Amino acid sequence: MVIKTEPFVVNFGPAHPSTHGVFRMRMTLDGEVIVDMEPVFGYLHRGIEKLAEERTYTGCIPLTDRLDYTASMTNNFAYVLAVERLAGITVPERAEYIRVIMAELQRIASHLIAVGTFLNDCGAFMTPVLYMLREREKILDLFDMVSGQRLTYNYMRVGGVSQDIPEEFIPALKKFVKEMPGWIDEYDRLLKENEILLARTKGVGILPKELAINISASGPVLRASGVKRDIRRADPYSIYDRFEFDIPTGTAGDCYDRYRVRIEEMRQSVRILKQAMEQLPKGKVRSDVPHLTHPPVGEAYGHIEAPRGELGFYLVSDNSIAPYRFHVRAPTLINLTALRDMMVGWKVADAIIIFGSIDICVAEVDR
Amino acid sequence: MKFERFGIGIAKGLSVTLRHLLRIPVTTQYPEQRLTTSRRIRGNELIWDKEKCTGCATCAKSCPQGTIQIVTSVSAEENKYKVEKFEVDTGYCIFCGLCVEACPYEALFMGYAYERAKYRRSELVLAKEGLLASAERKPSGYFRPKIEASLPPQTLLLDGDRGKR
Amino acid sequence: MAVLPADWPGGFWVHWGVFVVIIFVFVLAMVMGFIWFERRALGIMQARLGPNRAGPFGLLQPVADVIKLLTKEDIVPAKGDKWVHWLAPVVAVAPMLMIFAVVPFQGGASMADLNIGILYIVAVSSISVLGVFMAGWASNNKYSLLGAMRMVASVVSYEIPVVLSIIGVVLLAGSLSMQQIVMAQDIPFILLQPLGFLLFFIGACAEINRAPFDLLEADSEIVAGFNTEYSGMKWGLLFLAEYGEALAISAIVTTLFLSGWRGPVLPPWLWFLIKVGAVFFVIVWIRATVPRVRIDQLMALAWKFLFPLALLNLLITAVEILVFPAVSLWVLVPINIAIMIVLVILWSRLFKLGWGRVEV
Repeated sequence: MVIKTEPFVVNFGPAHPSTHGVFRMRMTLDGEVIVDMEPVFGYLHRGIEKLAEERTYTGCIPLTDRLDYTASMTNNFAYVLAVERLAGITVPERAEYIRVIMAELQRIASHLIAVGTFLNDCGAFMTPVLYMLREREKILDLFDMVSGQRLTYNYMRVGGVSQDIPEEFIPALKKFVKEMPGWIDEYDRLLKENEILLARTKGVGILPKELAINISASGPVLRASGVKRDIRRADPYSIYDRFEFDIPTGTAGDCYDRYRVRIEEMRQSVRILKQAMEQLPKGKVRSDVPHLTHPPVGEAYGHIEAPRGELGFYLVSDNSIAPYRFHVRAPTLINLTALRDMMVGWKVADAIIIFGSIDICVAEVDR
Repeated sequence: MKFERFGIGIAKGLSVTLRHLLRIPVTTQYPEQRLTTSRRIRGNELIWDKEKCTGCATCAKSCPQGTIQIVTSVSAEENKYKVEKFEVDTGYCIFCGLCVEACPYEALFMGYAYERAKYRRSELVLAKEGLLASAERKPSGYFRPKIEASLPPQTLLLDGDRGKR
Repeated sequence: MAVLPADWPGGFWVHWGVFVVIIFVFVLAMVMGFIWFERRALGIMQARLGPNRAGPFGLLQPVADVIKLLTKEDIVPAKGDKWVHWLAPVVAVAPMLMIFAVVPFQGGASMADLNIGILYIVAVSSISVLGVFMAGWASNNKYSLLGAMRMVASVVSYEIPVVLSIIGVVLLAGSLSMQQIVMAQDIPFILLQPLGFLLFFIGACAEINRAPFDLLEADSEIVAGFNTEYSGMKWGLLFLAEYGEALAISAIVTTLFLSGWRGPVLPPWLWFLIKVGAVFFVIVWIRATVPRVRIDQLMALAWKFLFPLALLNLLITAVEILVFPAVSLWVLVPINIAIMIVLVILWSRLFKLGWGRVEV
């Protein structure tokens, strides 16, 4: 007698407990094994690209803050880079260095959340989250000192940054840079060699190298699959060609490698911060750009290495005070097209770990 | 998937957690303990200096949301604008600070206090008299270096633990 | 049936009544204390404070929790089995309380000094799994049933290494009675049976579904497992059953491996409480640090790692007792520790934890 079984469809609904935003996955399960998966998103669509067409170029900067809210500084950076390429504006030296300092601090802060919530999904009951949020709190204090806000900074402007850094910023940053490697070592001691973590993440959710290149993945997801590509080296923007840093890559493309790549990137960011602080010159922080920028007719694409991947802004101008077309190339939207291939064949408990390891932020996926 | 380190990895993790028992937690006991906020905080309100304002409406033009409403009338004997209506809907405002940056006469400030919640939404719409500075509505140093120099420095978590057991 | 010590006034039923009161008070007070202790200890290990607003140091927090649970609405699923739904928490809690009847709190002070004490404990503690399964069935919810079935599978699998490691202790003590086991521990058995302690501890943590084996009530599954459809005091009873079992395991570990109430200076019941608290602290400490295993890794751990090691442990203990009866026990301590290290390392190399990706 043959028992007939059939796969059933289950819904990881928009509100689920180990959540990274409102994201829905429709899975077809055969027992415990995932047979098919379909991501459904769009629950957080706010029409940012359309709203940007009704705001001036400077007024769009608060909008870009709200794209990937865990990494606002890099969003601002990418946008003002695109506008400066469109209008042909140069930026003073001190402003470039300040921008790099902010971007690297932001990279550390975003990776702290990514790794912390990933380890929480693996089951370590909130302990890594709380340790990493303590370090993120220190970074947010620094950002608060500079821009006045803790999450949506609105700090970079077309032609520089908004205000100069106060004089207690550099001593505080020096203290942070001195103690951060010690904290990263502590995270490693907590969970890097933990056997249960290794058993749950090594070999799980492999993204093969060819597939990663074919879907134009970027960021730690791509680098963990073995492709050594970083926009800061491949297409250097701002003054990144003056700093020495390594690009950590993984070999296997599984969840463990993505986790290790993010931790190593944090260490490299600390290295860049040290170099930027030593080389920081004096001078103006904002070049004289009129309040209502009128770029000439044309288009520009400005892209940077955001913590989650290659964030790009495509702007089309028609010589008015507002952009004619404002398009965001969201890295996480493009990275998550591989989710189905990564998840098929694994079990339900692994689905959450794989989903956590590609580190999406739904605000960026849905815009 | 083998047991790679025979339990040593777990033991290392346990030592980290144990060491935390000897550290002071970083929790701040609000509302008994309050930390000093940043000097440039873009707090919950806007503060307007009636004497310096000339009614040029640069702030209203630079607001991305269109929150500030200004109605002026021409006053012939003093040869300047008379501001009839200056209204800010702080419920709609996103506190980006672009208006403060735009004002050429330094007549607009962000708020310094952050505990200024109201019970009704209609109380969030601030008109001329509600926007003036007072003892509870202190201006913050965002984009105003003179005020920033007079405010106390920020408490930083980097400077040490800020919690008490 | 020598259950009543000779110097008890009043007879059998007075003794029984006094001990019923003592056990109830002990279990309820210690469970509330454990809830408070776990939340504070977890908090400080995570660089934050635990509850500290309800009463001084948050000591009244469990009281606040109980009051909240008592005032909640009691929901029964419409299509579920009402009687089974009502009976399930009872069946989960009652055996847990029955375990404490044979645990010796002090020299000679336990409710009943059965001469098959530890066998009684093993038998009774298996009944509360039935309560959990009834809870999963009566909820009329696919995922609760799945969670409950997983729990049954895991408890049944982990019974075997647990019982085999208990037999090692019994061989050394020469009796199944809990009182005799404590009296036979001139050297605590944790030193003489280190491998047995390790196996018993891991197996017991898996049986009571605490971290790192709490995959059935954790929120990485689709819903919260078998206690999804419970609210109010019924959920409180299931919660009490979980912490009560943690207390029971701590008490059993103290009696079997840490020489119970014996100790130099302080009164014996205080030593008992201190040791139980220490074992519970280790359980909480592990919960704060270690991630969760997957269900197939859980079963693989039981059958492929713990079970052969338990058999080997039994074999080695039996060989030591039969072949070298006259050797002083202190000599066996380093030998046993060395054997444990060698076996754990050897088995870890040969062991494969769970299977990987399934071809679809």
